[in-house]
Amino acid sequence: MNDMTHLPELAAAEPYTPLNYKSATKPIWCPGCGDYTVLNAVTKALALVQRPPHEVAVVSGIGCSSRIPAYTSCYGFHGVHGRSLAAATGLKVARPDLTVLVASGDGDGYSIGGNHFLHACRRNVDLTYIVMDNHVYGMTKGQASPTTEPDWDNKLSPGGTGVRSFHPLVIALAAGANFVARAFSGDQNTTAELIAAGIRHPGFSFIEILSPCVTFRPEQKEWKNLTHPASVGPTDDAARAAKRIMTDDGFNIGVLYAGHRAPYSGGPGTPTRTLEQMEEEFAL
Amino acid sequence: MNAMKVRTATPGTLAELMAQAYALEREAVERYGELADVLATHNNQEVAALFRRLASQEALHATEIMRTMGWSRPPQPPALPDAPAAPAFEEAHYLMHPWHALRMALDAEQRAHDFFAGLAQRCDGDELKRAAQQLQADEHEHIVLLQSWLQRTPQPPEGWDEDPDPPRYPH
Amino acid sequence: MDASLISETRPRASAPPTPFMALDSVSIAIAGSGGSGVMSAGNWLLEAAARSGLYGLMVKTMGPQIRGGEAAALVRLATSQLESLDDAFDVMLAFDWQNVHRFADEIPLRAGGLLVCDAEGGEIPEVFAASGAHVLSLPLKKMAKELPGSWINMLALGITGALAGVPVQALEDAVRKGWTRNAAALEANLGAVRAGVAAASGHAPPPRQLRQQEARRWLVSGNEGAGYGAIRGGIRFVAAYPITPATEVLEWMAPALTQAGGSLLQAEDELASINMIIGSSFGGVPSFTATAGPGLSLMTEGLGLAVAAEVPIVVMDVMRGGPSTGIPAKSEQSDLSFAVGGLHGDAPRLVLAPSSISDCIQTTQWAVELAEALQSPALVLSDQFMGQSRSIVDAPKLPPPKARRLVAEANTPGYKRYGDTPRGVSPMAIPGTPGTTYTADGLEHSETGVPSSQATDHKRQLDKRLRKLAQHDYGGRWADIEGDAPLALVTFGSATGPVREAARRAAARGVDVRVIVLRLIAPLQPAAMAQALAGVERVMVVEQNHEGQLLRYLRGLAAIPREAAGFHRPGPLPLRPADICAAVLEWAAAKEETK
Repeated sequence: MNDMTHLPELAAAEPYTPLNYKSATKPIWCPGCGDYTVLNAVTKALALVQRPPHEVAVVSGIGCSSRIPAYTSCYGFHGVHGRSLAAATGLKVARPDLTVLVASGDGDGYSIGGNHFLHACRRNVDLTYIVMDNHVYGMTKGQASPTTEPDWDNKLSPGGTGVRSFHPLVIALAAGANFVARAFSGDQNTTAELIAAGIRHPGFSFIEILSPCVTFRPEQKEWKNLTHPASVGPTDDAARAAKRIMTDDGFNIGVLYAGHRAPYSGGPGTPTRTLEQMEEEFAL
Repeated sequence: MNAMKVRTATPGTLAELMAQAYALEREAVERYGELADVLATHNNQEVAALFRRLASQEALHATEIMRTMGWSRPPQPPALPDAPAAPAFEEAHYLMHPWHALRMALDAEQRAHDFFAGLAQRCDGDELKRAAQQLQADEHEHIVLLQSWLQRTPQPPEGWDEDPDPPRYPH
Repeated sequence: MDASLISETRPRASAPPTPFMALDSVSIAIAGSGGSGVMSAGNWLLEAAARSGLYGLMVKTMGPQIRGGEAAALVRLATSQLESLDDAFDVMLAFDWQNVHRFADEIPLRAGGLLVCDAEGGEIPEVFAASGAHVLSLPLKKMAKELPGSWINMLALGITGALAGVPVQALEDAVRKGWTRNAAALEANLGAVRAGVAAASGHAPPPRQLRQQEARRWLVSGNEGAGYGAIRGGIRFVAAYPITPATEVLEWMAPALTQAGGSLLQAEDELASINMIIGSSFGGVPSFTATAGPGLSLMTEGLGLAVAAEVPIVVMDVMRGGPSTGIPAKSEQSDLSFAVGGLHGDAPRLVLAPSSISDCIQTTQWAVELAEALQSPALVLSDQFMGQSRSIVDAPKLPPPKARRLVAEANTPGYKRYGDTPRGVSPMAIPGTPGTTYTADGLEHSETGVPSSQATDHKRQLDKRLRKLAQHDYGGRWADIEGDAPLALVTFGSATGPVREAARRAAARGVDVRVIVLRLIAPLQPAAMAQALAGVERVMVVEQNHEGQLLRYLRGLAAIPREAAGFHRPGPLPLRPADICAAVLEWAAAKEETK
């Protein structure tokens, strides 16, 4: 429910503030959840970009993180599990004039959404994809996700899955994403800047946001001591970026890759034939 | 995140300095307000009310800055390092006690104090330095007030975060 | 006990609340916000009741927060096995009133019942205050503070246990069992239980006797039972993807399967799960998964493949509020149309539905046996109510595991995987067997499995796949037929409990009804159904969904008279025996008028 009735009337010349992008709906995430600061970072990023809220769409799947659209005052689409990128692709290709943000968690985005992730990077539609990664399935109460460590004990996989964890940034790079960044929910302003940079960067921008789950992974409080700014600036050389990302400690924060691929150019255009002209094809 | 450098431009005028101070206070107001909301949603009304009080206090500081500067509209928000005066959201817990909330507030005020101390060092000119030092002193006052409030607040009992129902019920 | 600690406030009736001994069932709701331990209290109450010879059922309801939200444990205790909640609650204990009014629809209070709440807890929400229940105001938080080292829910356990007539010894034993913290904490908490019992003393019936159990009994949830039933049936491979409210089936099975010599794998999604279990079953291993509506929707292509390639699999659908994402944590019976019809092509399949928490065990076991015998997918329609509620049940008499797949012998000359046989079931060659290699295919195929678009092959295989299900002898388990009255109620799944209870009440009022509980919903055998309806003049179909899905299905098959009536309501609230009973009495009276 996006209730804008509480917001002050905007004078035409007044810039949008982060508050203009927030709805009156109160989030139900656990106190201490990293997603609260991600929400703030999103609203700050949108204020940096200054797109009117009604020209922004936030598309999500299913999971704790995917509840975010209703907490913004933008147009929101809370779809089915794992298909946020597909819905967002359809929306952006048909309506290239909109700014489209896509939000998922690590389960929604990398497990069931894995296939769409690959092809969204490849297709390079101008979207900004933020994944709030907490290495767990929170909403279903504590199963391993693709980014969970192989030895994390949980009820569905006692003793851990034993399966190597997914590396989304490398995969995004290899599949063709045009902008790859890592953020940490504990630093709201840096995350906001990264999201804004992603929105501004043409093509598919992917920002993986480490966002601790205070309820099922309380040990992730440690992340605030492990994350640090990337020691080198972003590169536009995919191979160099891949090597860096594959060998870093997993807590490098910042833009890691910013490429120059032209964004996807398909989509509606001006008509060039009338219906009558089409019929001529059938006429004898 | 202690490695995150202050990327703020060092203020060159009094107006810029006070704009930063104002932004600090507003950010804190919002953060306390969010904390109040989330604790209320999780049925911890006592701490929600406390956070609302803290939010009002920060709001007073913010309007004081407006008044001192004679501003009728808030200044343009400058880029700031992460919310020095705002409480660390990740420290919240649905069963937290008022003591925890006050501790969070105290830590936030300490960060704000250190931020202004740093600015006082980096600013050029007596006027700016003095203004920054005054802000630092104001934060120090807040710290003292919070410390005394904290002393009057009972410490949480052992096992305060125990919930007989786990998030995943065994059955 | 210091009497000054207890106060009675409005509404004041002329007499104190009736002792509950006279009832053979009592319903208790324990509600409060996070940290109070509502669910643990309910669980202990259930365990303690078991120790005093009672049966019980516990349903949980929660707010949307992952942790710390408002919650209520809904417990019903009785002297005989329970399959349904009652129409109203006799006792409600509220630790606080934070958002508890959100559960008002689920906790209707009986006029003359008892509402126990904290004297300092603030105003009682209007919806509860107006119920006509008596209020017993106790300083719960204060009492808990005066018992250092104890949890407030132990007080609640004592109070509600006493009000239900559960002896304090049983309450203490329940707490002791499985206590993992230290001895001092145990003593403090037992003290709180006793304090609670004392606080309720003015209102509680004499406690029941602590009984030695004559018969063995189990405390089990539908999801756990289904997991066990599957393993018992012979399942040894599971591909799992978490989804509310089915995750517990899979989580229960994860260690159990390994212990049984099988394995469970967490898949990336439901498309993977269904295809994984088809693959493993192709390899000869009985395979299973559990999901809910949205997951089942994803699995439909796979189900069709299992039909066409004749690969046995069992898929449990723990039904929840639909459509689409719907209401994930609440029960509904609205996937029936989809289960019986939702595949493209002519694709017959088995659809079963357990009728109670206890029945989840045997029906899932039976589903495995049928799937394996008929080389077909079997859908098992459970639901959130049965899946996530716990019940004290008589230890079920379970048939011995006897699933058997008709398997091809090595070197069968002229082996035809999909050979047309009288019963429609053809021997399935298991990879590793020499002389019988074949390629399984979703494409239509000849008898040897070679893809074919020929009319004769298509007809032959369609007939075969239909015949093998239609002509199987399912025995008496396809339905429970209770009574022989000319008025019949037809139902399935968790609606069965309220229907049976409504039927008992109607009979007590002189209106006899026959209850027909369908356990095998597809295929529906016309002869068996006709026999079940022998002597029936009128039929009412009772189910928990909006459109009357079972009614439509049965009408479509001409299995019930065209004028059959329907009682169908969607979730999220459970069907109430009183509502069904009222509908039955009205319906019966209308029949009388037309005579």
